[in-house]
Amino acid sequence: MRTINALDIEKRLVETITRACTILPKDVKDAITSAQSQEESQRAKFAMDVLLQNADIAEKDSVPICQDTGMAVFFVELGQDVHINGSLSNAINNAVFKAYSNGLRSSVLDPLSRENTKGNTPAIIHYNLVEGEGLKISFLPKGFGAENMTKLYMLLPSVGKKGVVEAVVDAAKSAGACPCPPYVVGVGIGGTPEKAIEMAKHGLLREIGSINQDKELNELEGEIKARINELGIGASGFGGRITALAVHIEKYPTHIAGLPVAVNFGCNAMRKEEVVF
Amino acid sequence: MSEEIRLPLTQKDIESLNCGDAVLLSGTIITGRDKAVKKLKEIIESGEKLPVDIKDETIFYVGPTFKDGKITSAGPTTSKRMDGIIEPLLNNGLKGIIGKGNVSKSVQDAMKKNGAVYFAAIGGAGALSAKCIQKVDIICFEEYGTEAVYKFELDKLPVIVAYDTKGNNIYE
Repeated sequence: MRTINALDIEKRLVETITRACTILPKDVKDAITSAQSQEESQRAKFAMDVLLQNADIAEKDSVPICQDTGMAVFFVELGQDVHINGSLSNAINNAVFKAYSNGLRSSVLDPLSRENTKGNTPAIIHYNLVEGEGLKISFLPKGFGAENMTKLYMLLPSVGKKGVVEAVVDAAKSAGACPCPPYVVGVGIGGTPEKAIEMAKHGLLREIGSINQDKELNELEGEIKARINELGIGASGFGGRITALAVHIEKYPTHIAGLPVAVNFGCNAMRKEEVVF
Repeated sequence: MSEEIRLPLTQKDIESLNCGDAVLLSGTIITGRDKAVKKLKEIIESGEKLPVDIKDETIFYVGPTFKDGKITSAGPTTSKRMDGIIEPLLNNGLKGIIGKGNVSKSVQDAMKKNGAVYFAAIGGAGALSAKCIQKVDIICFEEYGTEAVYKFELDKLPVIVAYDTKGNNIYE
């Protein structure tokens, strides 16, 4: 049995959140740089040039990459042999409150009264209990330009793989410029509706350029990416060859009567950070 | 090099702008998004006097981040959320919108009718946009926080003309 203090978790998460909102991850920056050099549309090139300058300014001045510092989403992998001294959920929410009260935008409010909770709490926390004594917390601040474009399709099983491809392309087509392309597309196939959406979001955490170990999904990712880029939406929706930087698919067994497919977008400010305790 | 356009816009400038032009915006604009635009619409419809002069103004759909009272990040938000509430402002003198993404046919028609123009700023480029803000004044709805109406003095904000007075649309 290993003991981890909730206060130590809180302290590290405050730094993690602030860093994630100000420093664009290297894989994302590299992907935009490469897209910028491949792009032929001058307008899309202009947009990506601005995005790359923006990332440099944000990092140098320690200011948010994007003013929408999102709703704070966490994926927690907690080893079952870990004892948390204190409350893990409180530690996460306290860290969100502290980080967001110090220069990040508090965008969270009551859905009906629209009254701001001040401090961007509560966070969205997905817990996953695993074997062992480890604790891994992944953070992604999700802006709502992209979140509002999330799609869930409860497809008929008979449409098969082809139907899955069409659904994801349809999500990209109807989203247009709203999720701030060039973006990462997270796709969840199977499970139940909520499981599919959770997988789509989790897929955004994967490193851009990494290869899906599942050969079938790897091929599907390539096919969907090509199809989305054929739409010609381009950076900022200004028209161009590159709309999707990557497509990341996760799958889970589902019911004989169903084929859930969820699509979640990670905008060009695809912020993510992982802490291991 | 992109051409610099002074704000508030003149009718001559508005007419000279073409869809797809990359321009740099300098001068004064007002801000507003979901909550403030909805409130301004309601005030217009009630026939009361607006707390902000919108004649010939350009509105920037933005909800900035602040640190120690200074704006640190201020990129555009999704324009289509304001589709159902922006037309009364266009019909009452608003000449420009800065946002991101396409707007509805109805808003395009209202812009065309009123000789207004739509600029797309680069979504995600909040830090760079904030650097282009020289001065900030609160105008009204201070209680809305980031969603309040501010007056910004801009210096060379990079944008693309997304919808021009001839009816050309970069997204279509």
